[in-house]
Amino acid sequence: MTTTSPFLLETRGLSAWFGNAQAVKPTTLGCAANTVTAIIGPSGCGKSTFLRCLNRLHEEVPGARAQGEVFLENGPVYGPGVDPVAVRRKIGMVFQKPNPFPALSILENTVVGLRLAGVRRKNVLRELAERSLRLAALWDEVKDKLDQPGMSLSGGQQQRLCIARALAVEPRVLLMDEPTSALDPVSTARIEELVTELKKEVTVVIVTHNMQQAARISDRTAFFLLGEVVEFGETSRLFTNPVDPRTERYITGRFG
Amino acid sequence: MSRRYFGDYVFRSYGWRHLQSRVMIGLLAAACGLVLLPLFSILGYVVWQGLPALEPAFFTQLPGSVGEAGGGMANAIVGTLTLVGLALLLGLPWGIALGIYLSEYGRGRFASVVRFSVDMLSSVPSIIIGLFVYAWVVIPMKRFSAVSGGVALALLMLPTVARSTEELLKLVPGHVREAGLALGLPRWKVILRIVVRGSLGAIATGVALALARVAGETAPLLFTAFGNRYWNQGLDQPIASLPVQIFNYAISPYEEWHRQAWGGSLVLIALVLGLNISMRAALRRKGKTGDS
Ligand SMILES: Nc1ncnc2c1ncn2[C@@H]1O[C@H](COP(=O)(O)OP(=O)(O)OP(=O)(O)O)[C@@H](O)[C@H]1O
Ligand SMILES: [Mg+2]
Repeated sequence: MTTTSPFLLETRGLSAWFGNAQAVKPTTLGCAANTVTAIIGPSGCGKSTFLRCLNRLHEEVPGARAQGEVFLENGPVYGPGVDPVAVRRKIGMVFQKPNPFPALSILENTVVGLRLAGVRRKNVLRELAERSLRLAALWDEVKDKLDQPGMSLSGGQQQRLCIARALAVEPRVLLMDEPTSALDPVSTARIEELVTELKKEVTVVIVTHNMQQAARISDRTAFFLLGEVVEFGETSRLFTNPVDPRTERYITGRFG
Repeated sequence: MSRRYFGDYVFRSYGWRHLQSRVMIGLLAAACGLVLLPLFSILGYVVWQGLPALEPAFFTQLPGSVGEAGGGMANAIVGTLTLVGLALLLGLPWGIALGIYLSEYGRGRFASVVRFSVDMLSSVPSIIIGLFVYAWVVIPMKRFSAVSGGVALALLMLPTVARSTEELLKLVPGHVREAGLALGLPRWKVILRIVVRGSLGAIATGVALALARVAGETAPLLFTAFGNRYWNQGLDQPIASLPVQIFNYAISPYEEWHRQAWGGSLVLIALVLGLNISMRAALRRKGKTGDS
């Protein structure tokens, strides 16, 4: 559309509504390839909504709509003739609650995206499953029980299975909405480690309520407040030397 | 007067509560027994009365001539299986499709009209369904037929299948659908291959229950499938069924036919229970190993 930007994923004036209530005000940000961008902010400030606009999941909610522009590798994500299904193949998502598909085995869960997109060869699926499960640091724990239900894993393992499932379709971007908020500290640490590893493969945008987590794993951080980006910048700078007084108040825990 | 300590009260009230708890458990056990009593006495009585009639000929031969010993209900057994098969063929895809529509797309006025109609249909007495099919299928075709019986049974099982499918699919959390969409899958694929597939076991149980219910229906078959003392000559011809045969034999004055009615009852109960149990077992096995 426009001239090439340095960003892999970019929003320009992206805003979102639920009915008549505006949840996200016009937001412009960009994420460079192979970086981790953290989104922080108090509850209800529109972080999830913003994230779900990026892969056009927001519009699946009845009455919800989005406006503005999003570009992935300089191609439009919104606009006439853009198929949201095609967009979502390139922008994967991991949810707050681990949600393996019921009645599918670990193997089936991992490759379900490929399988339902028409990949049928068993050995191909199996190879890709191993690759994704290794990327998600789950392979060693499940390699002997790939036929067991995905639901039989622990919460932390289920979340990594969901990450493997999202990675199996080889997205360019991985959106994560508080992926560790339902997990214990050990599982959380594993996923944080994993995110840092995954940077080599994908560009990550992660919503988190845990500011230490944002500080540990992200390259850049966006602070949302009441549907607006108050501040967006280098993570280390934002946490040590915030420009906006509201950011400072939030990260020092003086309002929520 | 000596002082009472709190512990004394606790002790006394503990003893009292303990007694109460035992009485309640006793009452519950009695209630369970009372529920099981009719079930097992029906089963026991049918087995006791029906078993003597179940000679090999019962399963292989056509009914004998009026009032005479011998003969069997082979045509009625095959007939009931045929009718249930037809009902399944006609009612299942329709019922499941309705259930999916109501659960996945069912918002707005039209959907609530559909939902209401389905509920109304389920409260229509089965004999009225039979009359309706008589008017709309039997009269235009100018004859009683297996097909019209299948249509009547399909209409009877439709609301149960549709509503149980709807309720079961609604139990699947929304984020499961979103996770499917987020993989870049079209909505219909997410619904059929992930949401419905994940609930298949439960849906099949609902279907088995609906089938078991209609397999024993008599009233709607009386003027649709009608009955037949011989083998059915095609789906557009009258067909025998166990419930109608049992009905006809039971109200007859002949001792031998009463005996055979009990035999038919036992076979019918066994079919219904067998259907139910085998469906559950098959799905449990499938659920464990998974396929694809
Ligand atoms: N399905 C919905 N229908 C209507 N309004 C909604 C819906 N989901 C969210 N909202 C509203 O949109 C606003 C933003 O919600 P959002 O879920 O994006 O917040 P969030 O920053 O992710 O919060 P949290 O940190 O608690 O997850 C909130 O005011 C919320 O009430
Ligand atoms: Mg949220």
